[in-house]
Amino acid sequence: MAKVKGAVTIDENRCKGCDLCVVACPTDTLMLQPKEVNDRGYHFAFMKNPDNCIGCASCAIVCPDGCIEVYRMTLQQA
Amino acid sequence: MTTEEIIQSGKKVYERPRLLTENITHYCPGCGHGVVHKLVAEVIDELGIEDRTVGVAPVGCAVFAYNYIDVDWIEAAHGRAPAIATAVSRLYPNDVVFTYQGDGDLAAIGTAETIHAANRGENIVIIFINNAIYGMTGGQMAPTTLLGQKTATTPYGRQADLNGFPIKISDILAQLDGTCYVTRQAVFTTAATRKTKAALKKAFQNAMAHKGTSVVEVVSNCPSGWKLSPEKANEWLNEHMLEKYPLGDIKNV
Ligand SMILES: Cc1ncc(C[n+]2csc(CCOP(=O)(O)OP(=O)(O)O)c2C)c(N)n1
Ligand code: SF4
Ligand code: SF4
Ligand code: SF4
Repeated sequence: MAKVKGAVTIDENRCKGCDLCVVACPTDTLMLQPKEVNDRGYHFAFMKNPDNCIGCASCAIVCPDGCIEVYRMTLQQA
Repeated sequence: MTTEEIIQSGKKVYERPRLLTENITHYCPGCGHGVVHKLVAEVIDELGIEDRTVGVAPVGCAVFAYNYIDVDWIEAAHGRAPAIATAVSRLYPNDVVFTYQGDGDLAAIGTAETIHAANRGENIVIIFINNAIYGMTGGQMAPTTLLGQKTATTPYGRQADLNGFPIKISDILAQLDGTCYVTRQAVFTTAATRKTKAALKKAFQNAMAHKGTSVVEVVSNCPSGWKLSPEKANEWLNEHMLEKYPLGDIKNV
């Protein structure tokens, strides 16, 4: 059976911590940094549960700041 | 399979639009202007018209739109974008000309320019960001503000007897013979954002085919002016804005 795995990159310095990617993600992959902030003082987004990502790009499509890029890979499983 | 391996050897399925500049926008966190900018950049790129596209920026929060999308731009006086766009499109008929305007710019001070450009059927795309408020100046009532909506100038909520009714300007523009396409979209969810992109593409294709005026209204948010978090603002949009401003095509000829 083929299984789709995804991964995202997040431009931490561009991120404004708006949380909209977190809300849009159907697999609970993303989260805002609880403590750490970027140069401009925002709690930026990161992959809290990277194994969950299915590469659907929902987060990237809604990000107002174009911070997110998405990769996808199909794994062949026995 | 680690995240690094997927990024190394997987397929890139979404990348930052090529025509967005490296500048970090001045928009507030979660503001819909940023989402629409991305879509405009993607559509211009996909249609291969970046060398002949001219944007006309408004007065309003999007006043610096020319810093963010890498095409030619002109900055118009408040509300006058459709008049400037008229001139550009008549002087350069093979250029693809669009305006990008807020509801204060388009539906208050620029009502006359907007209506007459659309009525003349100027070959332009009008992108209309309706966030029901004057964002840039600190959240005053706009003509599009909902009844009952609290703003800096309607602290007890907009009242029809005192402040008049919210105006559905896209519906008015659809009545005019010069418009070929009038649609109302939104960017508060992934699905809505995809539809907005398709609508923008159609509007730009209409301009490429010299079909007249296309209007793409985008019901958007203003987390700062509405005094809500971006997530709550999008929920408020869904619960309140869409009732008055329903999504979908209003005219398509
Ligand atoms: C001639 C003139 N009148 C008034 C203003 C003040 N002003 C600046 S932006 C604006 C309205 C902005 O609201 P909108 O067009 O809805 O855009 P938003 O900021 O919400 O994106 C106003 C009234 C001005 N700059 N110039
Ligand atoms: S690509 Fe899809 S699954 Fe992965 S983080 Fe983004 S929204 Fe979540
Ligand atoms: S949507 Fe974009 S700007 Fe907002 S938190 Fe996510 S990555 Fe950051
Ligand atoms: S004031 Fe409102 S419209 Fe302007 S950038 Fe901030 S959230 Fe966006």
